[in-house]
Amino acid sequence: MIEFEQVTKRYDDDHTALRQVNFRLERGEMAFLTGHSGAGKSTLLKLIMLMERPSAGRVIVGGQLLNKMPRRQIPYIRRHVGVVFQNHQLLFDRTVFDNVAMPLEVVGTPSRDIGRRVRAALDKVGLLSKERMNPMQLSGGEQQRVGIARAVVNKPPVLLADEPTGNLDPALSADIMHLFAQFSQVGVTVLIASHDIALINDMNRRTLTLNEGQLIAGAVPSDQEPDHGY
Amino acid sequence: MATKPPLTPNSSNPRPSASRGAKRSRSPVRQLLESYLSHHRKVAKDSARRLWRAPVASLMTWTVMGVALALPVGLLLLLTSLQGVSAGWESAARVTVYLEESVTADQAAGLRLDVGTRADVAEVELIDKSAALAEFRQTSGLKEALDYLNDNPLPHTLLVTPSDESRTEAGMQSLVTALTDTRGVAQVQVDLGWLQRLNAITELLGRGVWALAVLLAVAVILVIGNTIRLAIESRRDEILVAKLVGGTDAFVRRPFLYTGLWFGLGGGIVALFLLQITLWYLSGPVERLAGLYRSNFSLNGLSFEGVIALITVSILFGWLGAWLAVKRHLDSVEPG
Repeated sequence: MIEFEQVTKRYDDDHTALRQVNFRLERGEMAFLTGHSGAGKSTLLKLIMLMERPSAGRVIVGGQLLNKMPRRQIPYIRRHVGVVFQNHQLLFDRTVFDNVAMPLEVVGTPSRDIGRRVRAALDKVGLLSKERMNPMQLSGGEQQRVGIARAVVNKPPVLLADEPTGNLDPALSADIMHLFAQFSQVGVTVLIASHDIALINDMNRRTLTLNEGQLIAGAVPSDQEPDHGY
Repeated sequence: MATKPPLTPNSSNPRPSASRGAKRSRSPVRQLLESYLSHHRKVAKDSARRLWRAPVASLMTWTVMGVALALPVGLLLLLTSLQGVSAGWESAARVTVYLEESVTADQAAGLRLDVGTRADVAEVELIDKSAALAEFRQTSGLKEALDYLNDNPLPHTLLVTPSDESRTEAGMQSLVTALTDTRGVAQVQVDLGWLQRLNAITELLGRGVWALAVLLAVAVILVIGNTIRLAIESRRDEILVAKLVGGTDAFVRRPFLYTGLWFGLGGGIVALFLLQITLWYLSGPVERLAGLYRSNFSLNGLSFEGVIALITVSILFGWLGAWLAVKRHLDSVEPG
């Protein structure tokens, strides 16, 4: 589902964020992406959601080569990639419901389907009773779950998360991770960038480790981890 | 919901994709069109509500736009009215023929018949010298002075209306020459000088108004553009999220284009309002002035078509301003 072939990303100021990264995530696979800050985690995620373009190599998502994807096609790729942000990027000028509905409105889902699917997503993250509230009224963990509901409401085949538990306490973090594991069980490819080593170890999943832009571990799924969620 | 749109939306049409494309292509085209239209309705309503929620700011923008539109439109109306005056006179251009003092009333009547038979003459009116004096006495205010005169100093006069086909410069020229050469004619006068001057002035004014209109149109577009730019700035987060979840450029632009459209509509209405007030304010004095000049001149308001045109142009300007701002600022808001 996600494939990197010899991917290098160099920024204008000669800073190399990624060096010849190779890996491949299958459908329904859940993996962590870890490394020190500045190791290239965010850059790698940005390449998948087309916020950046690789300097060299090939990035393939859902069978589509993203390198030369014309600008006007970018929205159609992003509709297949759900993203959860550390700062959750919620809009405080509208209700929880309207926040979660955004990806559906973007693709022109009929309004009767929007209601049904938004409630299904909110139910999944346990916030069905708060759909009419403003996200500002919610706790940090709840806000993050709204962000997750928004990322999955469109049933994307790929789910990315950038430090989704960065601001949460361990119990809440574990909850969120189990939520991600559930999505991978229904066939969603999940890639989570995190530096919470304890949590990653608890989850016992494939872990891609970046160091100064190079993938130093997890490039190939190891045999000790058969549980990929198929 | 029963409306059938003439256009196929290309912005919300999900591109068939290798990954899970089948899920979405199952929804029929009709359903997509419906949701496309309902999104338009929603965005239109939402952007109108946003303007409504900031009434003072919106009203100020509307007023700026209204003033900028009302000024050239008002001047154009004035100009049209002036052109109506000169057009009325031009079509009724007449030649005044003063007869020699020795010509008697009978001879004058004979001359009137002679001139009336000419092919290039439509009508001839004879103003008897005594009638002329009576009128002069009435209107000049020189009643007492005239009483001192023993004789009537005024000659008999023929008012010659040229036929339609001779109302060209050459035709008038030959008519004037022929009349001048007629026995008993003292002087022939075609007083179109002031009309030519009026025409020259209206033409100059017309150009001035159009130049002003173009300048103000540019100003309107820039004002709306700048207002929309601020709106884009204040909704930056929303734009980012919309782009992140796969909103196309058209989707992201739509609310701002509708905002421009509403600004245009409001501006047009304010302009109309200002024009009506001004017209009402001026109509009294204008009538008096026109009365003094014995003119049928009157300031005309906008016709129904004019109102529609003003509103349409205003909406168009609002949309155009928004489009420019969106083109320049929105595309640069990119997640990353």
